[in-house]
Amino acid sequence: MSLRIVVPVKYVPDATGDRHFADDLTVDRDDVDGLLSELDEYAVEQALQISEDRQEAGDDVEITVLTVGPEDAKDALRKALSMGADKAVHVEDDDLHGTDAIGTSLVLAKAIEKAGYDLVISGMASTDGTMGVMPALLAERLGVPQMTLLSEVTVEDDIVKGRRDGDTASEQLEAQLPAIVSVTDQSGETRYPSFKGIMAAKKKPVTSWGLSELEIDTEKVGHEGACTKVDAVAELPARTAGTILKDDGEGGKQLAAFLAERKFI
Amino acid sequence: MAEVLVYVDHVDGAVRKPTLELLTLARRIGEPVAVALGNGAGDTAAALAEHGAVKVLTHEASEYADYLVVPKVDALQAAVEAVPASAVLVPSSAEGKEIAARLALRIGSGIITDAVDLEAGDEGPVATQSVFAASFTTKSRVSKGTPVITVKPNSAAVEAAPAAGTVSELNVTFGGLATGTKVTGRTPRESTGRPELTEAAIVVSGGRGVNGSENFALIEALADSLGAAVGASRAAVDAGWYPHTNQVGQTGKSVSPQLYIASGISGAIQHRAGMQTSKTIVAINKDAEAPIFDLVDYGVVGDLFDVVPQLTEGIRIRKG
Repeated sequence: MSLRIVVPVKYVPDATGDRHFADDLTVDRDDVDGLLSELDEYAVEQALQISEDRQEAGDDVEITVLTVGPEDAKDALRKALSMGADKAVHVEDDDLHGTDAIGTSLVLAKAIEKAGYDLVISGMASTDGTMGVMPALLAERLGVPQMTLLSEVTVEDDIVKGRRDGDTASEQLEAQLPAIVSVTDQSGETRYPSFKGIMAAKKKPVTSWGLSELEIDTEKVGHEGACTKVDAVAELPARTAGTILKDDGEGGKQLAAFLAERKFI
Repeated sequence: MAEVLVYVDHVDGAVRKPTLELLTLARRIGEPVAVALGNGAGDTAAALAEHGAVKVLTHEASEYADYLVVPKVDALQAAVEAVPASAVLVPSSAEGKEIAARLALRIGSGIITDAVDLEAGDEGPVATQSVFAASFTTKSRVSKGTPVITVKPNSAAVEAAPAAGTVSELNVTFGGLATGTKVTGRTPRESTGRPELTEAAIVVSGGRGVNGSENFALIEALADSLGAAVGASRAAVDAGWYPHTNQVGQTGKSVSPQLYIASGISGAIQHRAGMQTSKTIVAINKDAEAPIFDLVDYGVVGDLFDVVPQLTEGIRIRKG
């Protein structure tokens, strides 16, 4: 059988950079370097592992990585291609600026359908917005089962199985394909792109789609389509330096006194 | 006054603290109507009424435990159709956010996640969020449909406010997708007897400096002296010293306790993203240059193997 895996990935501002907001209260992406969201690397890795397993069993597997974002979001696709994904789709359109999560899920869902899929694997959340709702939104839009926050995932025939380690229990889950799963950072270490992988990535196809190719009305996305509105943004003053002392043998006692003074004891 | 739906997070009828906090916030914007689903749903009524629920809608069915997420979305959608609510509030757990997102999409509304505060506004509830590792706050509102908002634990103090809490059964019809993802096995996590990490008023965390799983006993002893939850940095979790479910940070849990004590944690941005909204921050670290010291209210530059046991002992003495 054949298995088409789509991995939606996000190009995010580097968390170690100086992140801030632009005048229109969207995230300023011009002044800070972007990169493939770390949590999406786990999704790419699991797609590659499933692909390797299935190919060993004689199946045809194709992994498409997909992103929605401006021109430099291609960097995120290149990274995923150099890890080993087969091809990439870049959805880019000026009218997308200001799109919220609900709008983004529309764009991704249309693109996933257009690309064709049996299994969608995503990261558990982006490292910038950290909402963690996209896999659920995509499952709702596409009308397929969702299986999120997996620390383990396998595909056998047309069944996807996984393990989810929650607060109160560890659960074994299964769903019929087509389905959407998301994986955590516990799913397995991600591979580094090899030199060969980086060279090969340059030759892999990157398809670009705009909103018209996806048959999406511009009023459903961007600022106009957003279902939420940010009214104000405030930078918090850096925490003022507290008391820092060097332990001279009484550090624990002094700390206990501090906690007592603040009524924690 | 408009009704506000509050999704109840409970374990076999025992209401979890974040839901009681939500009832407090819900009263600022309307009259809370609680929705409790699954095994023990009816047993939640007394606690919910005690904290301000004017009505409690319940529905028990095995689907809530046997299948993932969607049955709860179906039920909440039924509640939205049954009650003319001005907003829907859901606790910001991983599952709570997914339920809220799918509901918002179904009812044509916007969603705001991880609010840390909520107030009434001229154009609907205004949510405060803390973003970019708590370096900014934003104020946002839902501009389309019935606002669906998830709220982080510890965003409000629990207040008793006795209300009628009239119980009625919610009429739910499950859709075709409700049985899409089957739970085929469940292994309950052994209870440590400590508070849940995301709900705890005090969190004591250990990192790379703890240097081995056996040494986490020191961190646990300190936590127990304060009635605190135990957290761990990613370095400690990746080294296998403590379970991933206790990881605090960008790829783990986000916590916002009254007091956060970091021991042997340097304070990389990924860790800070998960704890920087803590009200009071204390750190113990050998390295005076560790970035965690930029955040602290009180820091001790020293060996945690000296400082932590002395602190634990000091707390025990003070508690008498």
